[in-house]
Amino acid sequence: MAAPLLLPPPDPQFVLRGTQSPVHALHFREGAQAQGRPLLFSGSQGGLVHIWSLQTRRAVTTLDGHGGQCVIWLQTLPQGHQLLSQGRDLRLCLWDLAEGRNTIVDSVRLESVGFCRSAILAEGQPRWMLAMPGKGTDEIQILEMPSKTSVCTLKLEADAKPGMPMCLGLWQANCSPHPLLLAGYEDGSVALWDVSEQKVCSRIACHEEPVMGLDFDSQKARGVSGSAGKVLAVWSLDGQQALQVHRTHELTNPGVAEVTIRPDRKILATAGWDHCVRVFHWQTMRPLAVLAFHSATVQCVAFARDGLLAAGSKDQRISLWSLYPRT
Amino acid sequence: MDLVPSVVRLEVQEAIHTVSSSKDGGHILSTLGSLKRYLGEMENAAPLGEREEFTTGHFAAFLRCLASKLSPDWLELVPDGRLEELWGSFFLEGPADQAFLVLMESIEGIAGPSFRLMKMARLLAQFLREGRLAALMEGQCWRQRQPGFPQLWETLLSRVVGLPDQLGNRLQRENLDEFFPQNYFSLLGEEVVRVLQAVVDSLRGGLDCSVSFVSQVLGKACVHGRQREILGVLVPQLTTLTQGSCLWQRVCWRLVEQVPDRAMEAVLTGLVEAAPGPEVLSRLLGNLVVKNKKAHFVMTRKLLFLQYQHPVSMLQSLLGHLAMDSQRRPLLVQVLRELLETWGSSSAMRHAPLPQQRYVSKAILICLAHLGQRELEDSRDELLASMMAGVKCRLDSSLPPVRRLGMIVAEVISSRIHHEGPALKFQYEEDELSLELLALATPRPAGDGATEAGTSLMPAAGETPAETVASAVPPSGPEDSVSELDSDDEFVPHDMSGDRELKSNKAPMYLRDCMEALTTSEDAERWEAALGALEGLVYRSPAATQEVSVELAKVLLHLEERTCVAGFEGLRQRTLVAVTITDPARVTEYLTSQFYALNYSLRQRMDILDVLTLAAQELSRPGRPGRAPQPGSPNPGTRCLPAQAASRPGSTVAPDWRLVVEERIRSKTRRFSKGPPRQGAAGDPNEFNSVAGYFFFPLIQRFDRPLVTFDLLGEDHLVLGRLTHTLGALMYLAVNTTVAAPMGKALLEFVWGLRFHVDAYVRQGLLSAISSVLLSVPAQRLLEDLPDELLEAGSWLADVAEKDPDEDCRTLALKALLLLERLRDRLLPRSSP
Repeated sequence: MAAPLLLPPPDPQFVLRGTQSPVHALHFREGAQAQGRPLLFSGSQGGLVHIWSLQTRRAVTTLDGHGGQCVIWLQTLPQGHQLLSQGRDLRLCLWDLAEGRNTIVDSVRLESVGFCRSAILAEGQPRWMLAMPGKGTDEIQILEMPSKTSVCTLKLEADAKPGMPMCLGLWQANCSPHPLLLAGYEDGSVALWDVSEQKVCSRIACHEEPVMGLDFDSQKARGVSGSAGKVLAVWSLDGQQALQVHRTHELTNPGVAEVTIRPDRKILATAGWDHCVRVFHWQTMRPLAVLAFHSATVQCVAFARDGLLAAGSKDQRISLWSLYPRT
Repeated sequence: MDLVPSVVRLEVQEAIHTVSSSKDGGHILSTLGSLKRYLGEMENAAPLGEREEFTTGHFAAFLRCLASKLSPDWLELVPDGRLEELWGSFFLEGPADQAFLVLMESIEGIAGPSFRLMKMARLLAQFLREGRLAALMEGQCWRQRQPGFPQLWETLLSRVVGLPDQLGNRLQRENLDEFFPQNYFSLLGEEVVRVLQAVVDSLRGGLDCSVSFVSQVLGKACVHGRQREILGVLVPQLTTLTQGSCLWQRVCWRLVEQVPDRAMEAVLTGLVEAAPGPEVLSRLLGNLVVKNKKAHFVMTRKLLFLQYQHPVSMLQSLLGHLAMDSQRRPLLVQVLRELLETWGSSSAMRHAPLPQQRYVSKAILICLAHLGQRELEDSRDELLASMMAGVKCRLDSSLPPVRRLGMIVAEVISSRIHHEGPALKFQYEEDELSLELLALATPRPAGDGATEAGTSLMPAAGETPAETVASAVPPSGPEDSVSELDSDDEFVPHDMSGDRELKSNKAPMYLRDCMEALTTSEDAERWEAALGALEGLVYRSPAATQEVSVELAKVLLHLEERTCVAGFEGLRQRTLVAVTITDPARVTEYLTSQFYALNYSLRQRMDILDVLTLAAQELSRPGRPGRAPQPGSPNPGTRCLPAQAASRPGSTVAPDWRLVVEERIRSKTRRFSKGPPRQGAAGDPNEFNSVAGYFFFPLIQRFDRPLVTFDLLGEDHLVLGRLTHTLGALMYLAVNTTVAAPMGKALLEFVWGLRFHVDAYVRQGLLSAISSVLLSVPAQRLLEDLPDELLEAGSWLADVAEKDPDEDCRTLALKALLLLERLRDRLLPRSSP
């Protein structure tokens, strides 16, 4: 409205091909190896995890640990040599990647067959926390790793009927010792759990459709969630740890597979079922760009620390975009 | 008693003798000086009786003598112009009426330009400047008490009003500024005000007098068409004078009342036009409408029903004036009833031009705004009946402006009259006219006193919609309050215009798949995709299209809009055109036969006509590549415009025909310019040549055979109008083809049969058809084969150009006449001597 000159719609910086199967998970590992550019992990429907070098733009290694079942979540531990991968073969594998190794050192048995991605809270300590969908339909299980001891099972009261958890987010406020868990449920509600006290702090219904992805900005105490519907909801957390819907944003087409805020908390990206990645200004939720490159549903988006954006799609390609690079 | 008059007479005779014969300047001077005694106003004035005798009996004769004597030599008798001064003073100080008459008389009697004429004219100018006209008229106001001199009055009247004409004739180029009509009548207006002031003063003083002469002057000036000048001065002054003074108002009423009947219309029209508002008009006229028959006729019939050139402000004043007084109010109701009756009559609608219909509609809306519920209640049924009749025949009309007018007026009337039920509501596009009409319909606030200041009503009425529009816009605040002012400069949004609703990609790849999808598919998305893809497929595979062309045309013709597809009509039409172009002969045969088939809606029939026109246009387009243009290619505006417009009803017809004619003229004009050499278009065979007959003849053959469901000559005249436009367009597109001559003959016959059709839209089509015959058929053939038809058409065109109520028809006829004229000039250059 204010800017009379509009930039032309951007093109991807480059595209990674060769997964030979729809891409369902993406994760950047930051340059622990001091090689400048990070590595990109991608998980495919064929059960493989590809490790891409952004330097050469080729796949460095392929990890096959899920028996041909879809890989839906990838996460490295802060030390950088260990990778977590969640597959639909009901296994969560811990890979050791140090010094060129690629072996499974440990695995956790999942109890849920849903699509819910797990979440971890690890801040450099040897012990870290893992949240994953639990055995019952609406349960979330918290484990302490690497000992795999079950800390607790979070379950809403009987009459709530939230459906399955669809997405999880673990975080810990700076001032408080209590780890907190955000969970998006199948009925479109987002709940905030206090893990140590095992109680729901707050729960709001912000979508009509199942919540497909959420991300939280702990500095501004605001989060965003996308669902199978047309609406993107921004909610905030007040001092009493109560969630409130801050605003909603209507999308052109329904369906958001994942929402990610860039690490510098300036912009956020959504993976759309309409083949587009949408980029918004995080503070104002002003739409900034619609990245139209893929020819099928975009399943996942991820940001690198330097601002590079990766999007993985059902059309078996991973596109990388450099938008509003960090100065 | 007997002696005294003779003293005066003797002295006058003596003086006349002296003046006419003496060469002694001093003697003349003293004689004149002594006579001056009788004019009074001097210390040694003659006794009253002698003065009276002099002025009534001898003054005129003496003045005549003075006037006749005027010459340079005579004036030289006494040096330094004293004689001239004295001579003039008799005219300027004596009784104004006689002086004026003698002046006019002698000016008239002088044969040509001469010293004497100029002297007299200057004297007359001075006479006017010194306000003697007011004295003249004032004199007539008093004279009323004596038994009048009708003869004198008549003469005075015609001289006073005819002065500019006479002086203009006499003086020719030497005419003085004072005698120009615009100056003279303004002056006359001021003099009238002065006389009225004197009358008012004397009435205050208890003296009786009459304004009858002034009324007659006013009436005569208005009859001479000088309302604007005289009333332009008079009305503003009277407006201020009558404010708050009953006496002035009564004098005004009397002034207008006394205007003779034959001048009443001119005076009233001028007054209503000049009055800045109903309040002022009421002060000036009083209840004249009720008292005076002629005024009643002018105000309630003539200005409303017989004339329609006046601005809305005048209607506002007139009807507002009727509404302001309880005695006049019944007239307003009656006027409304009569207006609505006219509005509702279908024959009036057919024969009245559009501006008049607008005028009547405006009058109705203003009446409604003035009348209250109670008054409307009494004649509700009658009003409703007229309104329904009017709405019905207006909605039937094929001209969009007429339809729109009907909708607007009906909405307002129904909301005012029929308030217990739901009011009528139509869909129409808002434009300047509709806003203006709606603004008229809203009652004006009571204290709308802007009129007092002399501002006209128009801006006040015009402001209303503008204000409402302005107030309707919500105050726009900051869109969202950003708590922390982040510098967003680095985040410039990208162009997101490509962000559209996602559509599944199910478009069929083959023509037959498309047809199947369109006929049988239950899947709305697939159906939509098929429709979108069809035009491209048709152009891409002409051979495959020709195999199934007729079936495809059938499918498309019967296609109904199942889901809400944007641009469905356009898509379908373009595709049909594509099919027609690909296989013209067979598809055209099918389409034209279906045009006269039983079970089609009017919409479908009109679609057929549009498709035929567009296809013909595309086929005849020079330089059309063998391969058809890309599907959905841009700028359909340039090539589809004329034909589309020609086949749409409404006012767009005229400009397009003008375009066509202009283009023809341009192409026929030889220019000797030194422009860069132009690349002539490569010669192509006209593809329309071989198929023009398929388009044209089946359409023209069967229009007079009514079906059960389709009667072109009956009530389906909208389609008939489209048909005539289509035939005209086809004729025009068939220029330079071999069938043009028989087509022209058939078309002329067709036109001849329908030339008195009641629907203006049909007539417009016929007229444009004639134009295209004249343009397309070779001139030689026209004159050889169709001389009689051309003659008849010519006389019909002349008739239409003169008498048709529809303005577009008249223009079109005029253009056709010009074409005919040109044709004749070109072919028979020497036949006329």
